[in-house]
Amino acid sequence: MEKIELKNLYDDFRDGKTIQAYAKIIAEDAKKLKKPINIMEVCGGHTHTIMKFGLPQLLPNNVNFIHGPGCPVCIMPKERIDHAYVLAMQSEVILVTLGDMIKVPGSNGSLQDARAKGADVRFVYSPMECIKIAKENPDKKVIFFAIGFETTTPMTAVLIDQVIKLKIPNILFHINHVTVPEVMVELIDSRDVHVDSYNNQIDAFLGPSHVSVISGSKIYDKFPKEYGRPVVVTGFEPVDAMQGISMIVKQFIEERCELEIQYKRVVSYEGNLKAQALIEQYFEKISLFRWRGLGNVPDSGLKLKDEFAEYNAEIVYREVLPIAEIEDHKLCICGDILRGMAKPPECTIFGTACKPNSPVGSCMVSSEGACSAYYKYGNLL
Amino acid sequence: MCLSIPSKVVKISEDKTICTVDTMGVQRDASLLMIGEDALKIGDFVLLHIGFVMEIIDENEALASIETYREILEAMDEEERKQAILDDDNCENRGNA
Repeated sequence: MEKIELKNLYDDFRDGKTIQAYAKIIAEDAKKLKKPINIMEVCGGHTHTIMKFGLPQLLPNNVNFIHGPGCPVCIMPKERIDHAYVLAMQSEVILVTLGDMIKVPGSNGSLQDARAKGADVRFVYSPMECIKIAKENPDKKVIFFAIGFETTTPMTAVLIDQVIKLKIPNILFHINHVTVPEVMVELIDSRDVHVDSYNNQIDAFLGPSHVSVISGSKIYDKFPKEYGRPVVVTGFEPVDAMQGISMIVKQFIEERCELEIQYKRVVSYEGNLKAQALIEQYFEKISLFRWRGLGNVPDSGLKLKDEFAEYNAEIVYREVLPIAEIEDHKLCICGDILRGMAKPPECTIFGTACKPNSPVGSCMVSSEGACSAYYKYGNLL
Repeated sequence: MCLSIPSKVVKISEDKTICTVDTMGVQRDASLLMIGEDALKIGDFVLLHIGFVMEIIDENEALASIETYREILEAMDEEERKQAILDDDNCENRGNA
């Protein structure tokens, strides 16, 4: 049997001719659609792929995208971003987080601003770097500000596991992990009138790539079965995206409504069971977690279990952490964009007052934000 | 944040907690604490994410996808070739056969 090389895993899934071929297939199939279809790509990474490779230009008019809230930094409400700032400004704290948080604007500024004021803020590639930082600074409290969906949650769990096993005394955690299926339900079936879920017009979902590697495609079972929405779990490369869209269109013309996996080379129905067990060991669901633009989404947030309270920065530092909910700038429509009810160019300050170097909202500054995708690649359309 | 990259395993530590992966010429270490202890061997392709091996890439599935794309391209090329012949046959400027 033919052997693949590493470059095949990049080149073959980015090939221009294959993208064009799928565009033709989709165009032919779409002629048989009874009505236009709206596909929500849940994950911000997919939004970036779609915009970067100009995929909307290749699709027929009756196949449309609705951008989803799959950007874990974008959906964090301002008060939690303020938590990061406040913790960073404590003199004994070294705040450690992933690079995406660096310029996200809070009420008093971003973490980059905090660092400019003398706070010790460190951006790491891997959460495991916290261990070295903690050992090199025994008189400091290292707080890992954990962000991300199911993709990054197990990595935080591994770090917690190591901190306990290695008896590291000076690492704490501020947990902001959220989960995907609950927000997908919220978008199509919310009790919250403000969310306006029944007008969302989502016909199908392009399922997230790497969330699904961890959780398995099983987490999307309910969408075709209970909500009549097909889900195709799709990879991040442009050929993956086009194949995923083609699979959705075929479901509509063949009158099927199923959960399928396009990204079979890494996604299975069951997922990574060891990663799931680690998440289960250290985290539990919070009944309500506030998402920007969506309000409280039931069962969508995670917190450290009570038996690990001593590692929970939200408990240890509760006296300094603000609790009031903070609204966004009144001209920022990130909330509407995250709910799939608006696109970035509809925002009055898009590209003018709000740009990547001077963001008003998180969607412009996060590497997975819809606004940053449109700003970077939108001129091509 | 969710972007993970395919890499090739070039070395595995003795205690099987860390491996060295090569991503198109750049080598770095990655934790194996998220996957089964004996799941990995040198030469495997893996998905790398924030310093961890997240999953092993199924080469059979990857190859099956690549084969699908090749078939689609061949079918397109064949269609274009037939259309080109048809266009030529129907060309108004052609002389009498």
